[in-house]
Amino acid sequence: MKYLLLIYTDENAWTDSEREHCYAESTELTHDLHARGQYLGASPLQPVATATSVRVRDGKRLVTDGPFAETHEQLGGYFLIEAADLNEAISIAGRIPGARKGTVEVRPVMELPGLPPGA
Amino acid sequence: MVELDTERTQQVLADVYQRESRRVFATLIRLLGDFDLAEEALHDAFASAAEQWPRDGVPANPRAWLVSAGRFKAIDAIRRRARFDASMHEIARRLEDVADTGSSSDDEIADDRLRLIFTCCHPALASATQVALTLREVCGLKTEEIAAAFLTTPSTTAQRIVRGKAKIRDAGIPYQVPSLADSAERLDSVLAVIYLVFNEGYSASSGDALTRPDLSQEAIRLGRLLSELLPDSEALGLLALMLLQESRRSARSSPEGDIVLLEDQDRSLWNRDYIAQGKAAVERALSNERIGPYTIQAAIAAAHAAADSAGATDWTRIAALYDLLAGVEPTPVVALNRAVAIAMRDGPAAGLALIDDILQRGELGDYHLAHAARADMCRRLGRTADARASYERALALARQEPERRFLLKRLRETS
Repeated sequence: MKYLLLIYTDENAWTDSEREHCYAESTELTHDLHARGQYLGASPLQPVATATSVRVRDGKRLVTDGPFAETHEQLGGYFLIEAADLNEAISIAGRIPGARKGTVEVRPVMELPGLPPGA
Repeated sequence: MVELDTERTQQVLADVYQRESRRVFATLIRLLGDFDLAEEALHDAFASAAEQWPRDGVPANPRAWLVSAGRFKAIDAIRRRARFDASMHEIARRLEDVADTGSSSDDEIADDRLRLIFTCCHPALASATQVALTLREVCGLKTEEIAAAFLTTPSTTAQRIVRGKAKIRDAGIPYQVPSLADSAERLDSVLAVIYLVFNEGYSASSGDALTRPDLSQEAIRLGRLLSELLPDSEALGLLALMLLQESRRSARSSPEGDIVLLEDQDRSLWNRDYIAQGKAAVERALSNERIGPYTIQAAIAAAHAAADSAGATDWTRIAALYDLLAGVEPTPVVALNRAVAIAMRDGPAAGLALIDDILQRGELGDYHLAHAARADMCRRLGRTADARASYERALALARQEPERRFLLKRLRETS
């Protein structure tokens, strides 16, 4: 099964060196997952200050500054992985450095037939 | 095959259903990989048995017969559906592979029951869902019975069970006994579900009746099953704790449904059989290296059970056990119970000081039993006005009718 691991943390709670360390540790994790054939993708996101929200209502496109919802913790990055089951996905989520500061949400990915190949 | 007359066969069938249906179900889930398919297959298997056993006799191993019948019925059902839905072909073929792998041994079937318990109590499910799923799938209670026990509607309970099963399927919760690395955390969650079921039966959180004995019996059955299947000291400790608490059931309320405190209970009403079983279990649990909170609480209950009268209670031992408990489980409720035990050992002034400390830390301010305990200390010290104020505070917070009656009675007596 595929799982999307969404990393939510308070983006102001990180010092520069903590952030650098987190990227290094996460990169190491991606290589480990890749070696096991479980890596499909991963990336940190730019801070929510860079977010833009788009809605279409009555055929009209509305573009606004900011994230979908103002929350204490923000979506800061993700892993897309292949795992045998939820237990395996949970154990990988527990190795993501963001889990020690914030929360990793584990979401099973729905397999939609007819999509082009790729992650 | 054993040949029997029809009436006798019906009786055997009913017994087999009572004894084996949940085991057969647990194995069918593993073989079929789906709760709903397994449920259907279980019913079909018993329907076949009702048809064939009176004619052909009762098979030598009814459990294996039922698993095999359920499996083939499920394959048939899926094949029939495959005529309308091409995606079912692959599933049916996979199941036939499973069907070829021979019968399940008794050990495997025991593991299946454990798999089912751990799956229903998976921490990725909400606590209320864990409880409802365990009672439904492991114990085989009807949705209506679970709803009545937890004072909710059958439709809410049914929805909770359906959503729980959907999450197990869609989120990929595996049908597995957890690996050694995760087992302590996962077992905690199973024990918590069992104790919650027990407590809901032993001390219903709201409503008219003080207890709902059926739920406690169910929890004890689960506790026995778990400690048979899994050699763990805390599983044994929990079973001991439940048995020792249950032993006092008929003494802890009057025929009118009023609360009778431990010190006032007629100890001849205590169930000696449960006490003996509970004591044996707690001794086995205490002989292990890892001694956890359930085992310590069971040891406390065993110390109470050992006293022929309230005056003969070994409060020195009980207070020492509470010190131990406060070390492994430093919660405010444990601190409160420890304070009460210390008051019994050293006098009410010592207990009152500890309770005031807890309340001053801002903990348990909304917990009626904290104020009731404080009131009791004040009453014993002759501080009537303080005692009344605390009984009134407790009364304002208590939700259960017998507890309210008890507090009102105490309030009237304290003047």
